[in-house]
Amino acid sequence: MQKVLRKYWAIFTLPTVICFAIAFLIPFITGLGLSFSNFTTVTDAKFVGFVNYKKAFSGDSDFLPSLGRTVLFTIICMVLINLFGFILALLLTRKMRGTSFFRTIFFMPNLIGGIVLGYVWQLILNGILMKYNQTLTTKGSYGIIGLIILMCWQMTGYMMVIYIAALQNINPDMIEAAEIDGASSWQTLIHIKIPTIMPAITICTFLTLTNSFRLFDQNLALTNGAPGNDSALVALDIYKTFYGTTGYAGVGQAEAVIFTIILAVIAVIQLHATRRKEVES
Amino acid sequence: MNKSRKTANVIITIILAFLSLIFIGPILMVLMNSFKGKLFISSEPFKFPTFKQQDLGEAGIMPKTFVGTKNYVSGVEKTNFWGAFGRSVFITVFSVLLIVVLTSMTAWFITRAKNHYASVLYYLFVFLMVIPFQMVMYSMTKIADVLHLDNPVGILVLYLGFGAGMSVFMFSGFVKGIPTDIEEAAIIDGCNPLQCFFKVVFPIMKPTSITVAILNTMWIWNDYLMPYLVMGKDYPTIPVAIQYLQGGYGSIDMGAMMAVLILAIIPIIIFYALCQRQIIEGVVAGAVKG
Repeated sequence: MQKVLRKYWAIFTLPTVICFAIAFLIPFITGLGLSFSNFTTVTDAKFVGFVNYKKAFSGDSDFLPSLGRTVLFTIICMVLINLFGFILALLLTRKMRGTSFFRTIFFMPNLIGGIVLGYVWQLILNGILMKYNQTLTTKGSYGIIGLIILMCWQMTGYMMVIYIAALQNINPDMIEAAEIDGASSWQTLIHIKIPTIMPAITICTFLTLTNSFRLFDQNLALTNGAPGNDSALVALDIYKTFYGTTGYAGVGQAEAVIFTIILAVIAVIQLHATRRKEVES
Repeated sequence: MNKSRKTANVIITIILAFLSLIFIGPILMVLMNSFKGKLFISSEPFKFPTFKQQDLGEAGIMPKTFVGTKNYVSGVEKTNFWGAFGRSVFITVFSVLLIVVLTSMTAWFITRAKNHYASVLYYLFVFLMVIPFQMVMYSMTKIADVLHLDNPVGILVLYLGFGAGMSVFMFSGFVKGIPTDIEEAAIIDGCNPLQCFFKVVFPIMKPTSITVAILNTMWIWNDYLMPYLVMGKDYPTIPVAIQYLQGGYGSIDMGAMMAVLILAIIPIIIFYALCQRQIIEGVVAGAVKG
């Protein structure tokens, strides 16, 4: 079959590959080249070596501060979202009525887009802050805390459905055996449930990690980085460097390359983490 | 034991009901405000619309804040909402169709052909999944301009190209798990690979096709940055239209904004109500395999 199939390579792969080249491969290589150039359009690019990278890391650039904010934001989101998602999953895997109704409600925010959610929460959070004569853009930290609240609200349901699926996959005999042996529900949780669903925990941890790290739409709609650039996460900061100041597109591209490298490193760690788990189980 | 378990369940149900309110609350707030006059939204977001004017004595007269569907009319007009809606539907439906059909073909070829070309392609697609959009957005926009892809038909090419990573990965994961016997029997019976794929393989792939379709629908329907950069003001999709409503300096029409947010959420709720089970199963499958 392989021989016959290989003759059909063009029909099977070419449409996807051409689009892939236009949308990703060529822009990726061009982008890599542009990060070492000074340009206003792609055609007038001049090679400048590492100048853009130096500018990205210099003191007057917002890149490192926004990267630091993003790391902090990501860690908090990762912990909170997984904790809330797991607790909800535990509650919803009990034998009681209404669990599928609650699951439906808690998952719903995931379907709504980041731009819409950003404006929805802008109304709510500004309404609350108004009582203290403040707005979301009074301080950079308000915008970041607002984003954390938004992300918890949006992504908890996502992690919850993954945890529910994992918890439902546990062999009920194991839990029953533990109960017969006199284990408390806390002991069952720590010694049976959590170790068994470890693969799901790994998946959810990396899912929240990459989603928070790449966050853009919600950030744009909620505060657009205001005041100044104090509530901008790294994806928004890169966007603003690109399109905000003329002549800085090269710096933006250099920052995007660094952003890409960080995400690639995270992906490699994730691959190792999931592979190791697979071997163990 | 049984009794204490029942009490626990009642308490948990009450807590969950309260949490549900927190989860729907923000949407209900926007719904409520979408019926209030635009000047009363930012100033009193947590108050219900009033249907009668109130005499506040020396402070003057507080007009009624309920404005009916006025915000919806102005929101639809200001954003040209139905145009944006049609565009979003067109782009999402056709991108997803193209992605499901073409990337499943590619994934099947890659997994079955097992030559260098196939494995290079596979690793390129996996690589794409890691790359943030910011890395390619500038050059992609320029290339899209040169190739005249800056319209709702052209952007389908970009969605297919950018969506290919995850979709090929998920389809190949599925193909690896199905035996080759049936396919080989079909080829021996005189099917060419194309017939074999569409008559034998594609129907078996249905569960994965649904997952891929749902994940891509959620992405493309809500995507903001790509349609904004590629098509901009000429062909706004719903998220782009909403962002433009905010975009103007100075006063933003909060009434129109609230109404448009609700109009943007309604189709999603309908979609969710119709295929809730598939959506949740698809998301779980996607997370576990991706």
